[in-house]
Amino acid sequence: MMRILAILAISLTSAASWAAGAGNNLQQSGANVHDITSVQRGAALFANYCHSCHSAGYMRYQRMAQDLDMDEEQVKRFLIFSDAEITDYMKAAMPAHSADWLGKKPPDLSLTARSRGPDWIYTFLKSFYLTADGWNNTLLPNPSMPHVLWELQGIQRPVMEAYTDDAGQQHTRIKELRLDQPGRMTLKEFDAAVRDITAFMVYLGEPSIIKREQMGIWVVLFLLVFTLLAYLLYKEFWRDIRK
Amino acid sequence: MAKPASNLTRNAEALGAWIDQRIPISSFWKAHISEYYAPKNFNVFYYFGSLATVVLVMQIVTGIFLTMHYKPDAASAFASVEYIMRDVEWGWLIRYMHSTGASFFFIVVYLHMFRGLMYGSYKSPRELVWILGVLIYLVLMAEAFLGYVLPWGQMSYWGAQVIISLFGAIPVIGDSLVEWIRGDFFVSDATLNRFFALHVIAVPLALLGLVVLHLAALHEVGSNNPDGVEVKKNKDAQGRPLDGIPFHPYYTVKDLFGIGVLLTLFAFVIFFAPEVGGLFLEKDNFNPADPLVTPAHIVPVWYFTPYYAILRAVPDKLVGVILMGLAIMVLFILPWLDRSRVKSIRYKGLGSKILLAVFAITFIRLGMLGMGTGTAAETMEARIWTFAYFAFFVLMPFVTKYEKTKPEPKRVSK
Repeated sequence: MMRILAILAISLTSAASWAAGAGNNLQQSGANVHDITSVQRGAALFANYCHSCHSAGYMRYQRMAQDLDMDEEQVKRFLIFSDAEITDYMKAAMPAHSADWLGKKPPDLSLTARSRGPDWIYTFLKSFYLTADGWNNTLLPNPSMPHVLWELQGIQRPVMEAYTDDAGQQHTRIKELRLDQPGRMTLKEFDAAVRDITAFMVYLGEPSIIKREQMGIWVVLFLLVFTLLAYLLYKEFWRDIRK
Repeated sequence: MAKPASNLTRNAEALGAWIDQRIPISSFWKAHISEYYAPKNFNVFYYFGSLATVVLVMQIVTGIFLTMHYKPDAASAFASVEYIMRDVEWGWLIRYMHSTGASFFFIVVYLHMFRGLMYGSYKSPRELVWILGVLIYLVLMAEAFLGYVLPWGQMSYWGAQVIISLFGAIPVIGDSLVEWIRGDFFVSDATLNRFFALHVIAVPLALLGLVVLHLAALHEVGSNNPDGVEVKKNKDAQGRPLDGIPFHPYYTVKDLFGIGVLLTLFAFVIFFAPEVGGLFLEKDNFNPADPLVTPAHIVPVWYFTPYYAILRAVPDKLVGVILMGLAIMVLFILPWLDRSRVKSIRYKGLGSKILLAVFAITFIRLGMLGMGTGTAAETMEARIWTFAYFAFFVLMPFVTKYEKTKPEPKRVSK
């Protein structure tokens, strides 16, 4: 019985990791949604650098205040820059016709951590570089958005390398990004800031995640005790059955 | 000497008798629960029937609560699911129970069906139990597909687009049929609205009816067991099966333990990995449906992928659809493909054992290939496994007829 369950569990998790790990070179974000101060810092960065253009339209400010241990006054003062109420959904301050000047309406970020994954967000925010044509990104080439965090990170420029493809053609590609002009933060500080934003966006993708995982431990423990008792009850009843 | 009954007991007995004269509750309870004799040698594979019932009930109950908040409207369906996840009290739990329950339903049903294959539970006199079971499986697939469309994410939308378009492969009527199913020229609000109606009432009604018939047929002939001994053959002087024990309390208490194990695994998924790395909840379904943006990689949820791999293995769409349909339909004639004298794999020959093992590997491998992007190498491999899938059914009559079997015991073994 236990052997079969173990095999089942192993095959389930290995199938899952196999399905999830569609080979790519994303950097590990290390974001921890249970580190509440990290999520709070991420919320502030999000409000300052992302939220003017991007909505998180399925999320209410009030819910965020509750989950992140912030009082509503703090949220109103530091995180809401529009005339929105605390009970409103987190709509961007940007007017509806914004698509006219960016070419594309900035997407809603409520669920980005779920559709793209935290590592994608982390890597994306660290992969901007400047060329003569303007900002570009190695993870998402030719993005509609500029590098909003450039003051923090500084300016990265690409280092090119030549390579030969399978057909024998010569091409150049980006070998790596090098910091050309430092920003207000050191590299380490910037990584931590992006990690905070990522942690906040994981929270934003599923606000129940904090409670869910804390509660889950108790639910599983309860069910284990229940199952044990059910097992003892079963053995007791079956004592009189001659096999 | 018994104590004189109290007034209360006497009144309760009188009420019981009054009810029994009017509706057969206690005789039903006796016939199907307390005096339904089940073989005493069930092993771990015999948990999955009752577990399927538990998951069914859970799906219905959580489904009822979801319909209280969900909006079957293309403009607001996606947002209403997020509303459930964020603003409805315990909505996230109910939604995860329902989405995880769908996958668990298939895990449980696949193991239940595999049990049937192993111990020959489809063989005479249980052909109708099996056929009703296959019907349940078919209806369950329809139910799962319809439900998957409702969150109206990218995978919902494009999955519906792909699956519905399969009907377009049918000659002559194909195109009109597709339009009729969608209720529009493309997958749209009309499609979502009718899928909601089918998912919450029409298909569940059919499912419940079939489950009742499945159980009625089972209780008529009695349960099979790992030895394949007919439990209703050997009875004592009172007419009680010698190899059987009353379902209640023996199997109710045993199944309670099974339910505990199921719920523990279930809770583990819900609370710690509700997406199971994109397997139970696909990543792209967290993007709202957009008819103008086709996802790079459309695949169904894991429980459909074996058939999806068969479909993709065939270059011609119509032949692919026919083969995929056949892959499921062939299950209906299984009782007549098995020509063996014995039921259980325990007493069948080496040939049957190899066939079944290869079939199990085939099904899993096809499932994995169906999740892939459909590269040339994957398609080639899927062709080999598709061949193996059908070989199982084609070879079965010959292998089971000519292989050497061990004698089936008269009574259940230890």
